[in-house]
Amino acid sequence: MTALSLKNVCKSFGNVEVLKDINLEVDEGEFVVFVGPSGCGKSTLLRVIAGLEDATSGSVEIGNAVVNTTPPAKRGIAMVFQSYALYPHLTVKDNMALALKQQKQSKSEIDQRVEKASKMLSLEDYLERRPAELSGGQRQRVAIGRAIVREPKLFLFDEPLSNLDAALRMNTRIEIAKLHRSLNASMIYVTHDQTEAMTLASKIVVLRDGRIEQVGSPMELYNNPANQFVAGFLGAPSMNFIAASTVGGAADQTVGIRPEHIRVVQDGRLKGDVTHVEKLGGDTNVLVDIPETSGITLRLFGQHDIEVKEQLQLDFDDAQSFLFDADGLRF
Amino acid sequence: MNKALRSPFNIFASHAILLTYTLIALFPVFVILINSFKTRKAIFREPLSLPNADSFSMIGYQTVMRQGDFFLYFQNSLIVTVSSLFFVLLFGAMAAFALAEYRFKGNALMGLYLALGIMIPIRIGTVAILELMVASGLVNTLWALILVYTAQGLPLAVFILSEFMRQVSDDLKNAGRVDGLSEYTIFFRLVLPLVRPAMATVAVFNMIPIWNDLWFPLILAPAENVKTLTLGSQVFIGQFVTDWNAVLSALSLAILPVMVLYVIFSRQLIRGITSGVVK
Ligand SMILES: Nc1ncnc2c1ncn2[C@@H]1O[C@H](COP(=O)(O)OP(=O)(O)OP(=O)(O)O)[C@@H](O)[C@H]1O
Ligand SMILES: [Mg+2]
Repeated sequence: MTALSLKNVCKSFGNVEVLKDINLEVDEGEFVVFVGPSGCGKSTLLRVIAGLEDATSGSVEIGNAVVNTTPPAKRGIAMVFQSYALYPHLTVKDNMALALKQQKQSKSEIDQRVEKASKMLSLEDYLERRPAELSGGQRQRVAIGRAIVREPKLFLFDEPLSNLDAALRMNTRIEIAKLHRSLNASMIYVTHDQTEAMTLASKIVVLRDGRIEQVGSPMELYNNPANQFVAGFLGAPSMNFIAASTVGGAADQTVGIRPEHIRVVQDGRLKGDVTHVEKLGGDTNVLVDIPETSGITLRLFGQHDIEVKEQLQLDFDDAQSFLFDADGLRF
Repeated sequence: MNKALRSPFNIFASHAILLTYTLIALFPVFVILINSFKTRKAIFREPLSLPNADSFSMIGYQTVMRQGDFFLYFQNSLIVTVSSLFFVLLFGAMAAFALAEYRFKGNALMGLYLALGIMIPIRIGTVAILELMVASGLVNTLWALILVYTAQGLPLAVFILSEFMRQVSDDLKNAGRVDGLSEYTIFFRLVLPLVRPAMATVAVFNMIPIWNDLWFPLILAPAENVKTLTLGSQVFIGQFVTDWNAVLSALSLAILPVMVLYVIFSRQLIRGITSGVVK
């Protein structure tokens, strides 16, 4: 069954078209991640789904019912915001209970759901505190708890982890993945973070300038990008693009090679000076300046004694490279 | 606070400046207070000396209590000031919320129209207002004053409050919408508490001009039973003889309620003024 389906959704603010003809299906239980550069319309799309903005045209269906004119609270969704957005005057418990009270649920039902959610997120000790008395990580867990108690058909997350520090981000990411498994609910998740997108998603949607560029599982997009934009957007360090002519190809084409697919050899098609080396322990990233094109990055497994200014000869397997035409489309 | 700001010299200098300013500001009030407790002769002979056994007299206060219905005036002023503030804050906040929160045609124009009132003094319209009040039969009622003061206070209130309301997080309001709160609940329960410092600022800025106003009470409500305190005190100021004891006593009494209101609002006020400064 489809949890969400968007048909020809457009959204304009005045004359500015922010979303252009979005078509998307989300199946029940799927974890869909929206990625794309800043300002491409990810948050706007999420808000259209939530009902906080009206679509200019097109239809939004949640659980097979058209909800274009349904207010947010009646759409069966719950949303987690980047800035937590907890009610400052209410305790943690009341923050979680507010939506249920609004739905006129019975007291025992409310207590039971709040208890279940707070156990799931280990918030039992903080129930009587106010948001101001919590740490950032705890606040974000309360925000997630507030979404869980509503038992929605569809969860919407707008960059929920971007205000947390690296260690906490990883813990909460794992927690969200576990949550998805145990609730078996459909989730839509907006992020800037590569790792979050690749590790959480069952389906990634890449957006650019209000259009969907490609939809697919993380590995599908990684191994088989439809165009140069998607290829360059996923993967860290990102894919190298060199003019095809430097490696004996047609003039207006571009070759894309992932950093891990470039090898150091005795006699290769590419030659250049090392400009920077990043030793990460497990990997070594080497930046090489190739005179005919832009600089390229290669990623070597393990530790290597490569010095800056050293001259390297590089090569790659044609089978592992991607060829793009002048418009950036894959051949 | 960092170390440099705490050095003894800086502390001394800033306290010296602040104390000097406080003295200058309080001096007139102090003179009014001490003279209100003196005999008429003592007021003129030594206006700056404290009342002593010789010059002490409560005659001013006695006159004030005897003459006219001072408590009624007091009550009228309080009713007018508090009701006007209430309406200014309520309607000002509502208009500000609409301007800050909703996209509709003419939003910017409406904001400009409301802000225009800051620059045009309401007294220019006195004649028209008087005609309006006569036509609607509101002359010599407290409602006439409350309505005029509400109109007078709204432009600045809308201007200040809408600026503050734009700063309230969108996510918070949206979270409320997703949780099923009505727009009224979002306004009264989520947004208003967050702009409380700004409300206090608006209240204090409006309170004092309303309390002290003589113009509109004189024109719109001069009848005995609706006189305000400021107007009531005028009976002691004559063209030829002025009963200074009574005037000073009336003024001293008139300071009290504004001071009480100020103390109520002041903590919020300070937060309102400094909120933009200290992040
Ligand atoms: N209320 C609005 N009025 C006018 N333009 C808006 C409004 N909200 C968003 N936009 C515009 O829509 C575009 C998309 O904004 P959106 O917030 O969806 O981007 P985003 O992909 O979420 O970016 P980020 O990753 O930085 O959060 C931006 O160019 C923005 O300027
Ligand atoms: Mg965004």
